[in-house]
Amino acid sequence: MSEYLLLLIGAALVNNVVLTQFLGLCPFMGVSNRLDTALGMGLATTFVLTLAAAAGWLIEHTLLVPLDLEFLRILSFILVIAGTVQFTEMAVARMSPSLHQVLGVFLPLITTNCAVLGVALLNLQQGHTFTQSLVFGVGTALGFTLVLVIFAGIRERLATAAVPAAFEGAPIGFVVAGLLSLAFMGLTGLPEGG
Amino acid sequence: MYTAILVLTAMAVAIGLLLAVASQYLKSPPDETAEAIEQVLPGTNCGQCGLPGCSVGARAAADGEIPVDFCPPGGRAVAEEIARITGRPMAPASDDGIRRVARVTREDLCTGCLKCIKACPTDAVIGAPKQIHGVLPEACSGCEACIEVCATGAIEMVPEPITLANWRWPRPMEENDRAA
Repeated sequence: MSEYLLLLIGAALVNNVVLTQFLGLCPFMGVSNRLDTALGMGLATTFVLTLAAAAGWLIEHTLLVPLDLEFLRILSFILVIAGTVQFTEMAVARMSPSLHQVLGVFLPLITTNCAVLGVALLNLQQGHTFTQSLVFGVGTALGFTLVLVIFAGIRERLATAAVPAAFEGAPIGFVVAGLLSLAFMGLTGLPEGG
Repeated sequence: MYTAILVLTAMAVAIGLLLAVASQYLKSPPDETAEAIEQVLPGTNCGQCGLPGCSVGARAAADGEIPVDFCPPGGRAVAEEIARITGRPMAPASDDGIRRVARVTREDLCTGCLKCIKACPTDAVIGAPKQIHGVLPEACSGCEACIEVCATGAIEMVPEPITLANWRWPRPMEENDRAA
């Protein structure tokens, strides 16, 4: 049990997908203007990431390895991720049309969020079992959501702050992201998962 | 190689089928009011209402966020249709049942400043810079937007003049009222 907890915290904080591994930066910069949007995006990505991690493991170990087709790994993972994202988009459109409107193109763009594919591939690289893959997926997704929400909160305040004209908008966003990344690097001292 | 093709195809077909089934269950209920409104809108997505397109405008009108006469190119005909679909009145109804329309009653006060032309949602005001403006009663929706912006108070609401196009038989109750 404690092993899974360590893996969860390790994936969420120590090896944070956005700020330590620099994956999934597109939604990190793109959908972090408002807090509620960021939370919605984080939850949608959590759903996709967890499903993709599980489906990736299943496909690898039931289809690709027995049939000696490991070279199809990336292609088939992308296929599964695209399908999951499509399903998520339908679900979001049904449950919260306004959120669907706000997220706009960034919802289908979860497909190309490299964090999703990255987690599925990292799971195999590190030889995780099915449960470990799931926990790793959830942990990574939680880390992604956490960072997205933190960043959105900061940017909401930045919008009203007196920022020098040259730094307004994206530049100050990148500076803040860098500082946030430095802060998360400080968590490296925590015991690593696994 | 054939296994690879087969496996990938099978996966694609399976995911496609699952998505097809899911889309059947997750289909959002169509907003009938919004669809009906979109049908009567011009559909040119001109953006004159300030919204990014006719379907967005139709949804906003169906939700009651914007008045029924929000569409300038559609004019009064479209506004009347939308009022019928949504059941919302086009303009505040007066006591005697006669529609009020704007009219430049004080032509000597009109400076030809064009403010009312820009404010009119149905393009009912005609005129040119520094020329006395006029209001086409058959195009006026009675929203009073021009009265609010008029700097000199030259426009007033008056009962709609009766023409061949809008005359109708009086209702029995109205006959009664008049007799009493």
